[in-house]
Amino acid sequence: MTAPASSHPVTVEINGESVEIEVPARRLLVHFIRDDLGLTGTHVGCDTGNCGACTVHLNGAPVKSCMLLAVQADGARITTVEGLAPDGELTRLQRAFNEHHALQCGYCTPGMLMSATALLERTPHPTEEEVRYALQGNICRCTGYVNIVEAVVAAGGGA
Amino acid sequence: MTTVTEQPATTLKRGFVGQSIPRKEDRRLVQGQGTFFDDVRRHGMGYVHFVRSPYGHAKIVSIDVSKALELEGVYGTITGDEVAIQTDPFFEMSVEPGGLIKDYALAVGKVRHSGEPVAAVCAATRELARDAADLVEVEYEPLPVLVDAEEALRDEVILHEDAGSNVVWTGVFDWGDVDTALADADHVVKIERLHFHRFSSTPLECAGALVEYDKGTGEWTLTCNHQMPGVGAIWMAPALRCGIDKLRFVTHDIGGGFGNKICLHPQYVVLCLLARKLGRPVQWTEWRTDQHMANAHGNERTFLDVEVAVKADGTMTGFKVRAIDDCGAFPRYEPLGCIIWAQVTPGLYAWRNVRVDFTQVCTNKSPVSPNRGYSRMQHLWLTERIVDIVAHELGFDPVEIRRRNYVKTEQMPYETPNGCVYDSGDYAAALDIALDLIDHGSIDERRAEAAARGKLLGFGIGSTLDSGTNNFGQSTLLNPDLQFSGNNEAASVKLDIFGEVVVTLGTVPQGQGHETTAAQVVADILGCSPDQVNVRRGHDTWFNSHAGFSGTYASQFAFTGLGAVKGAADLLRAEMIQLAAAVLQAPEEAIELADGFARIKDGPEEAALPFMALGAIVNANNAFLPPDFNPTLNHRYVCRPYFGVVDKERKTGQLTLTYATQIHAAVVEVDPETGEVEIVDYAAVDDCGVRIHPQIVEGQVHGATAHAIGAALSEEFVYDEEGTLLTANFYDYHVPHALDMPPLKTGAMESPSPVAPLGAKGMGEGGGGGIHCLCAAIQDALEPAGRPIVTTSCNPPHRVWAMLQDPDATRAGVEVIST
Repeated sequence: MTAPASSHPVTVEINGESVEIEVPARRLLVHFIRDDLGLTGTHVGCDTGNCGACTVHLNGAPVKSCMLLAVQADGARITTVEGLAPDGELTRLQRAFNEHHALQCGYCTPGMLMSATALLERTPHPTEEEVRYALQGNICRCTGYVNIVEAVVAAGGGA
Repeated sequence: MTTVTEQPATTLKRGFVGQSIPRKEDRRLVQGQGTFFDDVRRHGMGYVHFVRSPYGHAKIVSIDVSKALELEGVYGTITGDEVAIQTDPFFEMSVEPGGLIKDYALAVGKVRHSGEPVAAVCAATRELARDAADLVEVEYEPLPVLVDAEEALRDEVILHEDAGSNVVWTGVFDWGDVDTALADADHVVKIERLHFHRFSSTPLECAGALVEYDKGTGEWTLTCNHQMPGVGAIWMAPALRCGIDKLRFVTHDIGGGFGNKICLHPQYVVLCLLARKLGRPVQWTEWRTDQHMANAHGNERTFLDVEVAVKADGTMTGFKVRAIDDCGAFPRYEPLGCIIWAQVTPGLYAWRNVRVDFTQVCTNKSPVSPNRGYSRMQHLWLTERIVDIVAHELGFDPVEIRRRNYVKTEQMPYETPNGCVYDSGDYAAALDIALDLIDHGSIDERRAEAAARGKLLGFGIGSTLDSGTNNFGQSTLLNPDLQFSGNNEAASVKLDIFGEVVVTLGTVPQGQGHETTAAQVVADILGCSPDQVNVRRGHDTWFNSHAGFSGTYASQFAFTGLGAVKGAADLLRAEMIQLAAAVLQAPEEAIELADGFARIKDGPEEAALPFMALGAIVNANNAFLPPDFNPTLNHRYVCRPYFGVVDKERKTGQLTLTYATQIHAAVVEVDPETGEVEIVDYAAVDDCGVRIHPQIVEGQVHGATAHAIGAALSEEFVYDEEGTLLTANFYDYHVPHALDMPPLKTGAMESPSPVAPLGAKGMGEGGGGGIHCLCAAIQDALEPAGRPIVTTSCNPPHRVWAMLQDPDATRAGVEVIST
């Protein structure tokens, strides 16, 4: 086996900024975001696409960035956790995570926030069931999900 | 929502302590601004990938790295042969035979579990390192594999030739007089075999480190996620043949630990050697599959020949058991697990006669390391299984038999048969809260309603203790020559030049909110807001605020971590008052610290110094201070809890200091067609004394409960007979997802600890109750289906289904002898 030598220019709009970088064909989108773009808020928690710590928005939809190659994102609009509150003014969901103690170690939190933000965009006032369903692709090992679910429901105006 | 909190009548409120203030950590973490070790980059750093054994047990015939080295962008490799020359084996804590085991950072001569690192490759990119690792050619000669602890005891196949036996440690603990208790009993309940399975908490962030070597000073800096660097350094420095001062551990944010990040010293030593050999920073991030195969599993334990002495009225007077603990291929933190369980020898019960014949063996499986509830969880599962099997066989109500046998609150502080002291608690009252939360009175009605739907409904209780603040002296009950005893933790608190209050911790938090709780304690002592208190993130050896046992483990932050913070803040407070008194020319008794000022109580407005003035006087404007008064406003304090000395002869002593109580209760429905278990009601009641931050306490309860539910219903490291791990990723090793978690009801009590500096007990590890109550609830649910007994701690649908098919098989090993 030899290392795939080919590399390709990839252009993306990430958190509102346009960037073009030459990347190896086999580079995962998550490593492109973390290592090439230095946006380390997006995390890696598994190697099988189960954990969702790497969730970002690709053209508005939540995707696991470890399940795509960087070259597949060419031309895409990407939002990462750093793009949620670019001016430091926390979103309602981010504030709810703090108020409801929805995070402990904070490692799954960026992925949780991206999945939940996508949910709130399409379902502004989700029920607890809808929240659990939307977050089933994100693993948290600290919280048992109780306060995460509570925070997302609260961010949607629920009890 | 689904959480109910019972507010206790006994809550101690004292300023910020006791309040659920917003966590200080969150603002950065919700914006992706946390710094985890894998976020840190260095110029020219290389990425490391380990070459791992595909065999459970095999001789290494040869390793050829030449093809890997030919690949452009590969910086270098390292193999076991180099490790054996450049390092010494890690220090072993056991007496012989376990003490003779030679454990190196990479496999030397043979491999002993699948996934064991045999070589490492360093290259310019992650992808290249992985490719190059594939080019390393290793020739193996497979050996017979041991995946069963009882088979390992026969020593027909030996893992460690140097030891000559698979036994790591063996010994008998005998307290009271169990033979007389059994002879005097009205009933003796015998249980042939119970098995506590292998799983781990699998933190979402895998292990890793960025290691830099400074050639000029011979120092290594490890930017890492080790959760107990003090002890990590004790292992690593002798192996690397350097002073402990040559190892600098730095942590920032850590993505969960749960004990699984305590035994990282083998991989870190490889990184140190590579950094020195290649003259460049090296970085390793463990892959999830690698973590499952070769990082840290929880201890697997088999309990054999249990005999329980029971009086006619249900009073249990003692038990004996033979315990076989499987620690995997290398002992590492072991054999400490052979004694840690003894912190909770009687569980919550007042029986006085206990004999445990304990043996630990090596098998061809991943090494273990402390895992949330370390060693106590296994033992408490035994005591809870005993109680529910006794109740089941003799027809006692599981609630009543607990009430009868629990240690009573009026007996507190209660000395256990082996000399530990349960500091405070009211188990029966906690049980009542749990029963109320799940509406215990309606169980029969719900059972009938479920039966009408074709479901089997059951109810179960799990009672556990989270013993906090380890006495390392207990290690000498295993090996009298060990030079460990007591415990310690350090912190420093200073007032900086512009009035900033800066706190550094020796603890190494991984999500427990130490920055917040430490700030609460300091704010109350110094009379300021927690917002004014800057608690530095993480750990740095260069902070000089660590001690030999520094770290976050053994449920001890509330005692030692905050005890150190309190001690340092008290020293600073005294000096600030002294300084203000000198400046304001008032007696010290007249000075108060409040609202960020040192001022004369009830004095004029101008008789007040802002913290900034105090900081500036000492640091920058000190010429007028008298020569015999030299305040530093910078204080380090070491919290050294007092345990006394253990009795090596009788194997007794105060092995730990605080005991938080957990009572969990579950109601489950079992589908008799599939064996699937659904949790339909769940309550967790926790009593950890004074709650510094109730919301954080409740969060720990939620998380620990989720770990227990996962362990009880799905999470298991399963090996096939060749020693291949069948559950090496999150597909096959199913941890709870949001849809798997039932609604959790929580309740709390506060029985302040009379021994802890703030009355607060450590409580993060108290999740075992969930495993026990689910085992009990499943057993209760299956009662109408042939009365099977639950004999294993993990009950996924296929096991429950098997119990339904052949309930008598599970009962074969249970016998009652009545006189």
